[in-house]
Amino acid sequence: MSEPTTGRHAQPGGAVVRPGQERFVAPLEETPLAAVDAVDESAPTGGLFSDAWKQLRKRPIFIVASFIILVLVVVSLFPSWFTSTNPRFVDLSVALQGPSAAHPLGVTRGGTDVYARLIYGARASVSVGILTTIMVVVFGGVVGALAGFYGGWLDAILSRIADIFFALPLILGAIVLLQTIKSRNVVTVALTLALFGWPQVARIMRGAVLQVRSNEYVTAAKSLGLSRMATLVRHVVPNALGPVIVVATISLGTFIAAEATLSFLSLGLPPNIVSWGGDISNARATLRTDPMILLWPSIGLSITVLSFLMLGDALRDALDPKGRTR
Amino acid sequence: MSPQNAPSAPVDRSKPLLEVRDLEVDFTSGGRAVHAVRKANFTVYPGQTVAIVGESGSGKSTSAMAVIGLLPGSGKVVGGQILFDGKDIAHASHREYVSLRGTHIGMVPQDPMSNLNPVWNIGFQVKEAIEANGIAKGAAAKKRAIEVLGEAGLGDAARRYRQYPHEFSGGMRQRALIGIGLASRPRLLIADEPTSALDVTVQRGILDHLDSLTADLGTAVLLITHDLGLAAERAEHLVVMYKGQVVESGPALEILQDPRHPYTQRLVAAAPSLASRRMQSSHRAAIVEQAEVRAEQVHEQVAAATPVAVPDAPTSDVIEVQGLTKEFVIRGAGVRGEKLRAVDDVNFAVRRGTTLAVVGESGSGKSTVAQMVLNLLPATSGKVLFDGVDITTLDRKQQFAFRRRVQPIFQNPYGSLDPSWSIYSSVEEPLRVHGVGDAKSREARVRDLLDKVSLPQSSLRRYPNELSGGQRQRVAIARALALQPEVVVCDEAVSALDVLVQGQILRLLNDLQAELGLTYLFITHDLAVVREIADDVVVMQKGRLVEHASVDQVFTSPQQEYTKALLEAIPGGSLQLGA
Repeated sequence: MSEPTTGRHAQPGGAVVRPGQERFVAPLEETPLAAVDAVDESAPTGGLFSDAWKQLRKRPIFIVASFIILVLVVVSLFPSWFTSTNPRFVDLSVALQGPSAAHPLGVTRGGTDVYARLIYGARASVSVGILTTIMVVVFGGVVGALAGFYGGWLDAILSRIADIFFALPLILGAIVLLQTIKSRNVVTVALTLALFGWPQVARIMRGAVLQVRSNEYVTAAKSLGLSRMATLVRHVVPNALGPVIVVATISLGTFIAAEATLSFLSLGLPPNIVSWGGDISNARATLRTDPMILLWPSIGLSITVLSFLMLGDALRDALDPKGRTR
Repeated sequence: MSPQNAPSAPVDRSKPLLEVRDLEVDFTSGGRAVHAVRKANFTVYPGQTVAIVGESGSGKSTSAMAVIGLLPGSGKVVGGQILFDGKDIAHASHREYVSLRGTHIGMVPQDPMSNLNPVWNIGFQVKEAIEANGIAKGAAAKKRAIEVLGEAGLGDAARRYRQYPHEFSGGMRQRALIGIGLASRPRLLIADEPTSALDVTVQRGILDHLDSLTADLGTAVLLITHDLGLAAERAEHLVVMYKGQVVESGPALEILQDPRHPYTQRLVAAAPSLASRRMQSSHRAAIVEQAEVRAEQVHEQVAAATPVAVPDAPTSDVIEVQGLTKEFVIRGAGVRGEKLRAVDDVNFAVRRGTTLAVVGESGSGKSTVAQMVLNLLPATSGKVLFDGVDITTLDRKQQFAFRRRVQPIFQNPYGSLDPSWSIYSSVEEPLRVHGVGDAKSREARVRDLLDKVSLPQSSLRRYPNELSGGQRQRVAIARALALQPEVVVCDEAVSALDVLVQGQILRLLNDLQAELGLTYLFITHDLAVVREIADDVVVMQKGRLVEHASVDQVFTSPQQEYTKALLEAIPGGSLQLGA
């Protein structure tokens, strides 16, 4: 079977060497034969997340989004730095007045300062968003990690439970549940949203864990005698975290929007807590005459949700497991 | 066959078909230009086979892709000429390239698993290539496509035409791709690692077929490969590339017999072929003796620590596999579930301080055996005796102790290290898990281990993604050796590496065996590797053990047909390499 092969070989000793195919050996000085497979010691060191950071800090979308989020966080922590007006102070004598020196964005029908309410409203949105996300990531993450790593009947049970909750729409479920709760505050709203929001994170975590679990370093850990729980915590979860972080950031935006929706329907935060959703609801009455009163909290809400979505997008590109195979 | 595509009458064989002159290709990455190919020169004459040989990243594929105008991503030809039939096509327009591709320059891609579209049947994809090059249309194209499949060596072509890629084996897919590449009778065929994803026996058949087919048609072949043996066997002219440069080129045999550039010399020395021998460690007997002394020490510790009856002295066969069988239940095959016998009644023993290679093609059950020896997978029946004790009967504590004495090294250098752990943490982990020493002594031990595997101390704080495949494999070796095991199970530990790096790692493993008195169970599909590292060989086929002998016996007088077939399939086996 090797006939065609040998038949095509030039005879040893070289019968005919055609032009352009003469023996060529590159001069040594031009092809430095550095120690093969030597470690490039000049390259800077960096782990997975520091690589992601290097990539992220050059992206405008990430810079813009994180700047807005930083401002939002500062505003919600220290609203008094930005306004000295009490958002709950009512002065009906100036109700519905346009912008003035004392009220830069005007006054609502109820006689409160629009600017002060815009500033103080950030706190409700950001705190519900962050609190819900923390609960969702912790609970959903644990359920997803256990289901994905242990598999078998545990996976079957946990996955079906997650499916049941996944089937309940977030807003609808929250409306029904919040109606039954008497004393609503930031924590109860966040808990309600988390109750219907965790399956998404659980699913993502389960998928990521399934993928990481089949890696050889997990087998290597097993053959070291590392217990299953320790393997899960030390090797599997840290490597499965990337997609969860992305989903968590994006859902933070959706949770803020959900809180605003519930507050708009008077089912979220009670009226004594300043929130954008509630303010939008209150401004409906004067929509035709003073649309700006409705617009300001809407703008605040849109920018907040948008910046979390943008941050999530930027993180997705940086933490994408496909993008970091090299 | 339409007339205009009949093999063109006597071509002028003295005029070059393809001339690449001072070719330079750059990629832009993160705003910086990376020179992938620098001043490369080579020439292909009509009907000739020319091979470009090099490691991954040497620019061999990039050069070939530049010829056909398919540079990936940000790749650009920034200098030099590509003369095809005397015409410079280095900066040809998209339209010109479309008319060149297929009709004049054909291509056989590397990975047969991903290069066929799974939603279309094979015939459609061949027909598509024929129609795209305007050779035939409709029914005529279908007829031609069936001919092409037949030519490619697929029996019963009319039936194959209607089948889908998932119904084909890797070898059959590669044949179909070769058929597509040659469908419109190009004058130059670029074959980019056409068989590197296939088993050796399949590989040989396909290359033979490709050879005879292109010889009949008078097609010139530009063969891209990392395997020097294969290149030398198939090509008349060799071009050796390293880091984007052509370091040596010339007639194949001349280069092999008299490599002049130091890189080529190392490549020839590291080439797996039948000419190579077991790496010699100064005193084989001394290693075995050392392994026994070490075993004695460990044995005393173990015997003192466990109340279970252990044999009085360490056995000379550190691992003994008796009647080992593993059945997997195939999912989705009815309620009862169909059973697959992955490993069927396998018996062998590994002598202390030696290397036993388990050889077989993919699917032969060799990795499953490794998993069971590592006690990662329960056996269906049969026993694995480690130092005389059945490992399936160990309790938690004994199992933990067993783990310390047997460590694995895996195949995939990209998957065997946790990407979020630094090299230091990865190598230190075994010590921490087993509570060896304090932080300070562990650091000293890790530094010592890195020295042993010849990695610089500066790599301690690095992360796996900054290291090459060979370097990662060194780290994996360091981690496996951290606990001073007696047995190391290497599951295809060098298969994913380039020959040169492969040679380095094998030498390292060999030196470490001599230094530490290790016993290796070496799982591989590569007989050349076996020859270099193993003392004894077990050949497996479809879960069964077909031959068990010493390396020399197996290579000089194989008893079984299957072993003979495996041996014959080694590329370059018939050639005398080096001096």
